[in-house]
Amino acid sequence: MILASAGNVLVWLVWVVAAFSCLASGVAVVTFSNPFYSALALIGNLGSLAVMYLLLSAEFVAAAQVLVYAGAVVVMFLFVIAYVGPRRETPWSGGPSWQTFGAVAAAGALLVEIVVAVGMQASGSLSHETKVGADFGTPAWIGRVFLVDHLLAFEITSVVLLIAAVGGVILGTHTRRPDLEKTV
Amino acid sequence: MLGPNVAWYLAIAAVLFGIGALGVLVRRNTLVVLLSLELMLNAGNLALISLARHWHNGAGQIFALAVMAVAASEVCVGLGLVVALNRRELSLDVDTLSELRG
Repeated sequence: MILASAGNVLVWLVWVVAAFSCLASGVAVVTFSNPFYSALALIGNLGSLAVMYLLLSAEFVAAAQVLVYAGAVVVMFLFVIAYVGPRRETPWSGGPSWQTFGAVAAAGALLVEIVVAVGMQASGSLSHETKVGADFGTPAWIGRVFLVDHLLAFEITSVVLLIAAVGGVILGTHTRRPDLEKTV
Repeated sequence: MLGPNVAWYLAIAAVLFGIGALGVLVRRNTLVVLLSLELMLNAGNLALISLARHWHNGAGQIFALAVMAVAASEVCVGLGLVVALNRRELSLDVDTLSELRG
């Protein structure tokens, strides 16, 4: 009993640290004026989200999150930011101040809407305790579910990734202006 | 389930989604808009995974992996656009990129 409650306190502690760093790095991504620092803050956000996935017994998704996001997506972001160079001329927010105020109000309204919708729809059913098996979220279990029950989604995902890769290559190499083509 | 209830995870996901939406609406740099979009997608992923744990249903985790693949595709195309804009020596300010406006 004492051991179980100590484990509970430990999980709460890890959760509080992960949740705080998740929100803090999210705010940092939005507020840093240098996009390079924003991309670095996104790594912290993804890492703390991976910790939360581990607490939710989604081991495979946590590993895929670190590999795909922190390993590939953020590195691609950093390369492109380095390629583009510092862009000092882009200000933090655009338009007159009422537009910024409207954007903040719209984001706040969206947040309130989500909270109200989730709370009204599922407030009663979210509190009951659930037990999951030891294999829930492990790579073997994910592989079985993915390749047996959701094979079509798996294949469609691969086609989407292929099309996006081809589109990225076309966007990155093709230019219609011959004078710019010569200088490259 | 040890630790916090699933409602706490959903609250974090909602706040993170709000932060990402704020970034998409307020920031003007195309790269930061893309980064904020990643925050929104990750908030959706957190909600999917916490509800998958809650209902003991694997489809939520599969959906989260599919969202991850779609996010990678979106970054691929979005960064391709940024590179193409940079090659034509156009500004990366989303307010000045209004040529397609009807």
